[in-house]
This record gives sequence, structure tokens and C-alpha cells, in this order.
Amino acid sequence: MEDEPGRSQALEEQQVAASTGVATTEAAASSAVKSRGWSRRVRRVSGFVVALLLGAVVWEAAKWLAGDPWRIQSIGYFHNPPFRILQLSDRHLPHLWDITAAFGQPFQRNAAYSLGSYLIDQALYTWGVALVGFVAGASIGIALASIFVHSGFLERGFVPYVVASQTVPIVAVAPLIVTGFGRGEQSIVIIATYLTFFPVTIAVLRGLRSPDPRAIELMRSYAASRWAVYRKVRLPASLPYLFTALKIAAAASIVGTIIGEGPGGGLRGLGRAILNFNQQYITGPERLWATIVVASGVGLLFFLAVRLAEIMVLRRRGTREEGA
Amino acid sequence: MTAVALPRARVAGRLAESARRYLPPLIVFVGVIVAWELATSGPGRRVFPPPSAILNAAIDNTDMLRRATQATFFEAIGGLAIGTSAGLLVAFSSARWASARDILLPVAIASSAIPIIAIAPILNNWFGVLNPLSKMMMAALLVFFPMVVNVTRGLLEVKPASLELMRSYAAGEIDVLRKVRIPNMLPFFFTALKVGTTLSFIGALVGEYFGGTSDVLGRVVLQSMSSGRFSLAWAGILVGAIAAIAAYAAVSIVERVALPWHSSLHSD
Amino acid sequence: MSGRPPTDPAGAPHAAVRLAGVDMVFTTQDGARMAALEDINLSIAPGEFVSLIGPSGCGKSTLLRIVGDLIRPTAGTVEVNGKPAHRARLGREYGMVFQAPVLFDWRTVEANVRLPLELLGMNRRQREQRVHAMLDLVELGAFLRHYPHQLSGGMQQRVAIARALALEPALLLMDEPFGALDEMTRERLNAEVLRIWEQTRTTVLFVTHSIPEAVFLSSRVVVMSPRPGRLTKVIDIDLAQPRNEQTRESERYFELVTEVRESLRGRRGTATDDRLAAGEGSQQRLRAEGSIG
Repeated sequence: MEDEPGRSQALEEQQVAASTGVATTEAAASSAVKSRGWSRRVRRVSGFVVALLLGAVVWEAAKWLAGDPWRIQSIGYFHNPPFRILQLSDRHLPHLWDITAAFGQPFQRNAAYSLGSYLIDQALYTWGVALVGFVAGASIGIALASIFVHSGFLERGFVPYVVASQTVPIVAVAPLIVTGFGRGEQSIVIIATYLTFFPVTIAVLRGLRSPDPRAIELMRSYAASRWAVYRKVRLPASLPYLFTALKIAAAASIVGTIIGEGPGGGLRGLGRAILNFNQQYITGPERLWATIVVASGVGLLFFLAVRLAEIMVLRRRGTREEGA
Repeated sequence: MTAVALPRARVAGRLAESARRYLPPLIVFVGVIVAWELATSGPGRRVFPPPSAILNAAIDNTDMLRRATQATFFEAIGGLAIGTSAGLLVAFSSARWASARDILLPVAIASSAIPIIAIAPILNNWFGVLNPLSKMMMAALLVFFPMVVNVTRGLLEVKPASLELMRSYAAGEIDVLRKVRIPNMLPFFFTALKVGTTLSFIGALVGEYFGGTSDVLGRVVLQSMSSGRFSLAWAGILVGAIAAIAAYAAVSIVERVALPWHSSLHSD
Repeated sequence: MSGRPPTDPAGAPHAAVRLAGVDMVFTTQDGARMAALEDINLSIAPGEFVSLIGPSGCGKSTLLRIVGDLIRPTAGTVEVNGKPAHRARLGREYGMVFQAPVLFDWRTVEANVRLPLELLGMNRRQREQRVHAMLDLVELGAFLRHYPHQLSGGMQQRVAIARALALEPALLLMDEPFGALDEMTRERLNAEVLRIWEQTRTTVLFVTHSIPEAVFLSSRVVVMSPRPGRLTKVIDIDLAQPRNEQTRESERYFELVTEVRESLRGRRGTATDDRLAAGEGSQQRLRAEGSIG
């Protein structure tokens, strides 16, 4: 059945992503709605925008119905909501405009610069660390997969563990790594590398294996060396798979980095900011929310960057499109 | 070949096949354990104790670990249940109404790029840091999105020929739903459920890392770490991993029973 | 290529299928119009076995689906058993076999054949009887509890046929059901279909690519032109029933196969052929002897 390989592949991708703490849905989602290129992209983006707006409306509407009393001095608007739910109070769910305003205010009492610039600093740091881990992990993954595809013994020896690790919450090891290797960047890079190389290894291995056996036979009939087969047939065939894994890995490396910086015990970055602002929750919950918004933005941008690279690299090939 | 030699050859063939499959990973496993055990000094030794030490710590603290594992397991499974139910609800709605789908699907895709886990502290604040519900909600949130996407896909990705067949029988939408879409969706559902077990444990553990009672695995790990008892910390992680694998295996077994036709097609 | 399009004689009563003036024009997404079928007039008597044959894209599958009310024609009328095709579908008066078996993976063979009976609301005992009868008819009684993936392609199609016959329809629509199978399985299944047809005397409208198959199975072969599909010729197949291996090796068989082939190629046949109209029933014999070549 035509469907089957696609289906089990999507399952594997999701499991791999799951083990790295990423709730990936991209592979599955891409086939849920079929339509042509640009109109689909436009629909996706506009759908997303509509969803955000809707979310904002629901947010404030909920607070209007069951939050803390509204007291907007500047336009003289006062409102007492008919119900009261604790989670919708100003402390737990600040008004969207308060969160936005917080970006402009000093990130700490007597601090020299604003929350916005502080968060951007931390975001760049986090992204930088994640990126290093991402690149390292991807390289290791590609190398390992290339070795495995050529050595049956090594593959049979190690791949079961790689596969089994998909069911294990690897990310939980982050604090131990940080303690073991010091609280600086190196530990966090290790975490990000680790989380990246799993999905990449599995996906690239599958990709390297994917070419039609007859194409390989053709190469052999030209007395091509294994290296030539690898370069000319296997590697190009593995690119779509690689990119699928890279999209998962992008998110996973960000998640790993944030957890390493946060509860893991790192010193800088968005994870640390989350912990700090969590401790200071009473004095300013908006800052924690702002940090989360920025963290989401970083993840999204990183994902989109990989997606863009994917489009550019795969554009000419006429391969089946995936994702947004 | 004589009648006696044939079965023997076949048995030998099977043995060779099993050896080929299971021996390498076994060798790797043993090799890694041995190497780890033998690795001497170095700064890491303290933080990465030998397997024997980890095992000892586990044995010495069985009761505590068991309680902690139960608590974390409870949070994870609770979150799995909540996320799955909510996901099913939204999936059926989004399969039914295209406008809902246009809004929800992009959000679900975006969710895979966003570090949802960052919201853990907020959930702790909302539901109480000592309340298991906060960890359940974290797990539920992670489980929710893959469930929505997979089930929606399963409901919609039906062979057009099957729909034509049902039309030729003048079957109504409810019949199509009951007899075609829902059975078609089941493999996708189990996919999402398996993925969800792993995610739910991550949600529970990381939620605990951000704060929780001292009776849960996440706190056990962090606290033993900060008091220098690394063997115990690793034991905690090991037990957590086993719990996650057990949950995954349980779902796999249910899947095999529920989908006898499908698992034989699977090359899992 | 020309040949006078076959016309419908003044109301053959109780026609199992009657198509009059049927056109089908598809409009693509960017507004272009594509004529798939043009002016189809055809009458099929009850119990006939009629094949539709034509080059790829000539619209024969479309025509079949129009008869099955799965597509509405842009012009013309379609009657099945004396009523509009739409009512016939709602009345579940026909069974359809597609090119792929379209069995449900999650149901056993038995449950697959049971599907239309469930939709009809038949009670359990009757259902069981009917299902067993149908599976015996296609000689798959031993495979009740198997799953589709455990069966070969040919066997799956037989299950699909059993399912199509489950409601004991008066009309059976078959869309290249054996197209995906190898030649030998196909010939065997042809014999099966004929045997079933003789037993049930269902009217059959059979779409195929294969000239030998069409000639072997049918009482009449309707030849279609390339797109836009028109009925170019109707050929009576006067081979004796019951047909078997010997039939396939007879002179007359080869003559008929050649005749169909040449119609497909667009060569004019004998003068007599031009006079043969579609609606004249299967009693009409080909007056080949004595005609001018």
C-alpha cells in the first residue's frame, strides 16, 4: 500500500521528536491538508495569524468575564467581572498590554536597560548555544549514519539503542550533564548536541537507505566505488530526510538548552531568565510571560530558518513538498 | 538431504539469524557497562558513577524511589489522559469543520517549533507548585498537539475509493464516520498515544524540575544532585526511564490487541 | 474515424440501463472545460453482459460512474431499472467493483462482504447466511476470517465481487476489476465471472482495457473513441455459451477480437456493422456471412 511507508515514517519522526521533548506534529500535519504550494502556505500563515488574534481575544475575554477588576486609568475604563477564577487573575494571567508594556520597562529594579533588550541578549545567547549544539549534533548524526549504512555490525549493535532511546525522556538528564561538566556553555552545548544527534542519525540512516535498489545496481554496473555511490546516490537521497530531522532537532536543541540553563543550573540565557523571573513572580509576572513569548519566538524563528534552508536546497529537485 | 538433517539445518539457520540480530547490541551493552565500570579517575567520576554504584543506590533507596516513581507515573498518566481526551475532542471537531482546521492545524505545527516546556513555571503557579495537577497539565499540553494532528489526519486521510464505495451504497455521513473514518483513524491514534507516553513523562519530570513536592522523581534527582549523591540521582533517572518505557510498552501491547490487522503489516 | 453513433430504438421496455444524450463536461480549477463524453446513447437489456472498451482517457470509467450515480452528467438522462440513476443508487440497486479491491484493512473477509448488508440494516442471521452464500459463490468460503492483506490480489478482487453481489443487485458495474492482475489470474477470474453471471443472471456493465477479455465475457462489446468519448461501434458477440478455454482458441473468437481491435484503431468495419444499433438486444446476430468486405 502506498500509504504504509509514509505512515510508519511519520510515526518514527514523531517518536524521535518526543524523546527529545519536542511535540512534533509537522510531519503528520503536512499530510492532513492537501493542496497546492503557495495557496496552502498562504492559508497556513493566515490561519496562524487568525489563531493568534483569536487567542488574544479569548485571553482578554476570559479576563473580562472572570478575572480581576479592570482599571484602565488612561481611558477611564472600569469593569468588575461577574465571575472570579483564580487562574485568570492579573497575577496569573496578566493583561496582554501589560506584558507588552513590560518589554519597555527595566528588567530589574534600577537596571540600566529594558526587559526587551535584556531578553534579546539572553535569546541570542540561548540560540547561539543551541546552534553550536545543533551543528555539532547534526554533523555527528550524519557521520554516524554514514558509518552505519556501510557497516552492518555497527548498525545492528548501536541502532537498537538509538531507537530505544526514543521512548526515554532524555531531556531529564540535563541537570546531571550541567553538574558534571560545569555550569558554563560547554555543558549546555553537550545537551543540545545529544538531543540533536538522535533524530538526525535515525533520519539520515533511513535517507541513505532510501534510494531505489535498482539505482544502486545501476551504479554498480558502472563499477562505481562505494564512495561514489554514497556521494552521488545516497547522500542526495537523504537530504529530505535530513531536513525533516533538522526541523525536529532545531526545536529539540532549544528545549534542551533552555532546560539546561534553567533547572539544569546554567548561568545565562533564557532558561536562567525563566527561573529568575519565576522567583520574582510576585513582583512582576509579566516578565515571566514576556520571557516565554521570547523563547517561543526563538524556537519559531529557528524552525523557520531551517525550513527556509530546506526550501532552498530542495527546491530544484521536484521532491514532494512537506510541511508549511 | 535426509529428513533429520533438514530440521536441524533450519534450527541452525534460525540460531544464526537470532545471533546476528541480538548479539551485536548485547556486545555493545556489555562493552559500555564494562568500560564505564572500569573507567578510573577524572573529574567526571563523581558525577558519573559506575553502574555498580548506581545499582547500590537504587537498592538502598527502593522504598523512596518506588514512591517517587509512583507519584511521577501518576502525573504522567494523568496528563496523558487529559491531553488525549482534549486532543480527541478537538480532532473530531477539526475533521468536521474545515474552518476550525485552518486555524488549528497551523497552531499545531507551530507548537512543534515552540519550547512549550517553558510554560512549566506558569503552570506551577497556576495550579500550585506542590499540586500534581500542575505537572499533569504540563504533560497534557505536550500530549495534546500530536494527538490532534494525528487523529485529524486519520479521520481525513481515507482512500477516496472507500468514500466512493460508501456513496455507491448511499451511506450517510454517520455511517461513513463509524465504519470508515474511525477504524481508519485508530492506527494514527495509537501512534499519537505512544508518542504521548514519552512526552507525558518529559512534561512531568521537567515540570518537577521547576518545582514540586520532594516526593517525586524530578525532585529526587535534583535534590540528590545538590547534596552530592549522584548515584542516587542517576538511579532516579534510570527508574524514570524504565517507567516511561513500561508505559510505552503497555500502549504497544494494547495496540497489538486492538489492531491485529495492522500490526502484522507494521515492520516495527 | 467515423461511424454512425448507435441510436436508441424507440423504447426497449424494461431496459436495465438506458442512457440518452449523455454528455459530460468537466471544468478544471482554472476554468478550462474538458469534454469527457459526448452524446452517449445506449440501452442494455436485463441479463446482458456488456463491455465498454476504449483507449485510455476515453471516459469509460466516467461513464460507468454516471450509470452508478457517482457523477452527475452535464446533459442527458440515465435510467437504471426504469428509474433515474439517483433513485437506483439510493435504493442500492447495483453493486460496484472497482479497479482496486477497496477492502477495509481492518475488517475480515467476512466482515468486508457484510458491509453493505449492515448499511441496509439486515438482521444478523440473514446477514450471515448471505455472506456465506456469496463467499461460496466466489469459492472463498474457507477464508472467512482472514484479513485482506493475507490474500493475493486476485483473491481480494473475488472478495470485492462477493461484496458487490451481497445485496443481490440487478445490475453489476465493474471498472477494470482485473486490470492489476497478471494475465493468467485474469483469465481464471474471467471464467469465474462468467460462471457467476450464469448463476445469478445479473446485468453486467464491464469496463476494460483488454480486448480478449471484452470479447470473452460479453454479449455485446461497446467500443468508445478517444476523448471526447463517443460510442463508435457496438459489436455483437455471437460466441456460444457457456464459454471456456476452447472458446478462446476458436476462429470466431479471433475474428471478433480482430474486429474490436480494428474498431479501436479507427478502421471502418463491414457495411453491415454500421447498421447495427446498440439497442437491438442480444438476440441480434452479426450478419458477417454474405456481407460486403
